Amino acid sequence: MTATEPHTHGLFSPPAGNDDTARGATMIEAINAALTEEMARDRRVLLLGEDVGKRGGVFGATKGLYAQFGAARVLDTPIAESGFTGFGIGAAMLGAVVVIEIQFVDFIMSALDQIFSEMAKMHYRSNGDVRLPIVVRAPIGGGVHGGLYHSQSPENLFIMPGLKVVMPATPADAKGLLKSAIRDPNPVIFLEHKRLYRSVREALPTGDSTVPFGIARVARAGTTLSVITYGAMVHEATRAAEIVAPEGIDAEILDLRTLQPYDRAAILRSVTKTHRALVLHEASKTGGFGGELAALIADEAFMELDAPVRRLAAPDAPAMPFNSRLESAYMIDAATIAAALRDLAAF
Amino acid sequence: MATLPATGTLTDHRAAGLTDTDALGMFTLMLCARTIDERMWLLNRQGAAPFTVPCRGQEGAQAGIALALDPTTDWLFPHYRDTALVQRFGFTPEEIFLMFFAKAGDVVSGGRQLTHHWGSQARHIGSLGSPLASQVPHAAGAAYALRLQGNTAAVVATTFGEGGASKGDFYEGCSLAAIHRLPVVFICENNEYAISTPMHTQSPVPDVASRAAAFGFPGVVVDGTDPFAVYAAVREAHHRARTGGGPTLIEAKMYRLLPHTSDDNDRLYRSREEVADAETRDPLRRITAYMQEHALLDGQEIDDRTAAMQAEVSAAAAAAMAAPDPNPTTLLDHVYAEDAR
Repeated sequence: MTATEPHTHGLFSPPAGNDDTARGATMIEAINAALTEEMARDRRVLLLGEDVGKRGGVFGATKGLYAQFGAARVLDTPIAESGFTGFGIGAAMLGAVVVIEIQFVDFIMSALDQIFSEMAKMHYRSNGDVRLPIVVRAPIGGGVHGGLYHSQSPENLFIMPGLKVVMPATPADAKGLLKSAIRDPNPVIFLEHKRLYRSVREALPTGDSTVPFGIARVARAGTTLSVITYGAMVHEATRAAEIVAPEGIDAEILDLRTLQPYDRAAILRSVTKTHRALVLHEASKTGGFGGELAALIADEAFMELDAPVRRLAAPDAPAMPFNSRLESAYMIDAATIAAALRDLAAF
Repeated sequence: MATLPATGTLTDHRAAGLTDTDALGMFTLMLCARTIDERMWLLNRQGAAPFTVPCRGQEGAQAGIALALDPTTDWLFPHYRDTALVQRFGFTPEEIFLMFFAKAGDVVSGGRQLTHHWGSQARHIGSLGSPLASQVPHAAGAAYALRLQGNTAAVVATTFGEGGASKGDFYEGCSLAAIHRLPVVFICENNEYAISTPMHTQSPVPDVASRAAAFGFPGVVVDGTDPFAVYAAVREAHHRARTGGGPTLIEAKMYRLLPHTSDDNDRLYRSREEVADAETRDPLRRITAYMQEHALLDGQEIDDRTAAMQAEVSAAAAAAMAAPDPNPTTLLDHVYAEDAR
């Protein structure tokens, strides 16, 4: 997988990796498995969104669920993101466990009033009286020739008390984190990178296995510097680390898995070990989540640092352009990260 | 007050399916809401409370809605001006004042919410935020969840103003309820103003109810100052909902007799003559006259009940005012629900 691909795939069928199923499951298969298992486990679980029924979702995340669990529990909605998100909130208030699919995170904007004003605040404003076990799943991210409105990475918007935010990087994590999200009594924004849907395979743990929130994963252990990242950038960073490894730069890559809560201790532990930190995300830099991560390190590990905390993020363009050359110029790839690693190591 | 004139005659309460006891209960509910409303306005003007949201002029419709719903099985997703209606679902005057003063004992939110943002799971009242019409799709979703659970008795009612009916959530909520033929009664308390903006500037058509045609369910206009007419309309919609007939949109037309809130000055946008004219259709005046005309109460009984209500509301307000504030150490309680399911 590279950051951008030639036009060998469509918007609903993002780049595939190895098709050898013996090598495990893709992220979309892992998500499908998590939904299937949780719907079987708990009759209260209800799915709703655009084309989630017979179509199985435009990416196939809900494939087979309509046939297995019926139209009453797998609900095709009108194209009315605010309305069906509010509908999900009302159902959750009356005891349903609701999984909402937003077709692309770019279209979640219509539902932000329901998410920010209602979902995030309901438990707090009712003094604990109402709980909303809701997962809002949304494909996120670019590098898929999606243009401005099928490529955005607005995860920073959802860093709001009352919401939890998840961004898995691997199929196994996607499955375990989604199962945790469905069992969580709080609203969870679950952001799935489209470019990871089919490009990575790994064996999924057997049995009823969940991944807890707020525990980062060391994607690559290293000693020279720390890369703090999440989502698809975990894979780009890993590729960059292999590029610079022969140069004596041994990068540690921390996959945060969840942004709210996020694993402060793991970040500080890694920085205390390496004394250098690169904060990396696909979203644009100014106002991005990386600012929070950099501030944490500055606040709590300043004396450990041998170099300034660096942020590597997308440029401050409103969104990712469609044209392949422009898209490539926008995206951060392994080569760009490798250059940042060399720069940080040399400081 | 027993001799104030009414305009026109109310629907006969017996013809609407109500007993004399029901009619007396509706009168008392309206009187209670009016007395609470007036007291809150005074307390705000005295500096004892920062904010209030008056319901004056809307008590009649709310009394009609209230009697048509069954609080033991039904759910209510109200809007902020529903001081009479929420009492049907169990709010006592003291609880309403605890909310008004934002006290620790406030069952809505423990003093977190701005006053009149109702909600209580135990009382079957959906929690309300400030953005308008957000509760409309909530009502549809709640009805869907109840159906999934096999509950065929419950009807979900939601109220909103004609202001909220301009929002997308109103249309999207109506659409979802109609698609699934859900047992929801949508009730617009049209008080003619969205703060300062009159109906003709909010809507190209005179009736909110006509929008029901877009969703294929009935839209009904009713005189919102006639509690018995509102009861009859909501009762019919309730029956339709319960028997599989799907949603109904009821528009109860009334007039907001006070400014939008204690922070509004309605003299900036409407004449005193207009308000005085609307006062002649004050639902409390109308039902008071009706009670006398139908010999349900005489002038002395009305005066006695009014005095008793003043005393009850005074006691409720005093008790709530003396109640403890929330402890600042609770500021971060309930940001997240703790236990996994």
